[in-house]
Amino acid sequence: MMFTAALIGILITMCMALVRGALGPTVFDRILAVNAMGTQTVLLIAVAGFWSGRPEWLDLALVYALVNFVGTIAVLKYTRFGSLAEDHTRVQP
Amino acid sequence: MMIVDAFSWALLVGGALLCVVGGLGLLRLPDVYTRAHAAGINDTLGSWAILLGLMLQAGLGLVTVKLAMIGLFMALVGPVSSHALLKAAYAHGVRVQSNDEETADVD
Repeated sequence: MMFTAALIGILITMCMALVRGALGPTVFDRILAVNAMGTQTVLLIAVAGFWSGRPEWLDLALVYALVNFVGTIAVLKYTRFGSLAEDHTRVQP
Repeated sequence: MMIVDAFSWALLVGGALLCVVGGLGLLRLPDVYTRAHAAGINDTLGSWAILLGLMLQAGLGLVTVKLAMIGLFMALVGPVSSHALLKAAYAHGVRVQSNDEETADVD
């Protein structure tokens, strides 16, 4: 029952992050929405594991947290420099 | 057991409410900087409250260790990624809205 309440709150937050990602005027708003979406997904996987009585899903949540961080940094680096793996030492920050 | 359940209820529902508040801020605030400020709520406090509620339900064991690892990782990584995001936004020239001009050009 308590897991259902937490799941409903997390799903509402995911819907709001989705709307922000669709509306967002700049690309950074969209990246922020994707990042918030990933955080909520980690929580959703963790709570849903308890909700269905199988807490083994926590491994998936842990991996998703790692992938979310790496993905955010990669997309940011792409928007900053236009490429993922060049020599950026000469670019003025 | 009743007391543990009560704490778990409070933490789970409070964390979910904090997440909803962060999502509302993400939806309603005017600027990418203020929106990141709102999203920081459910990166840190909302997720920690929900994970602590789950830890109380799990009891001592491997599941609690995994939950603590998720919480530690999110507490380390959330500020880093929002800092990188806002630094990139500032370097791209996204303007900070000040109080003087908020009536001038609200989208």
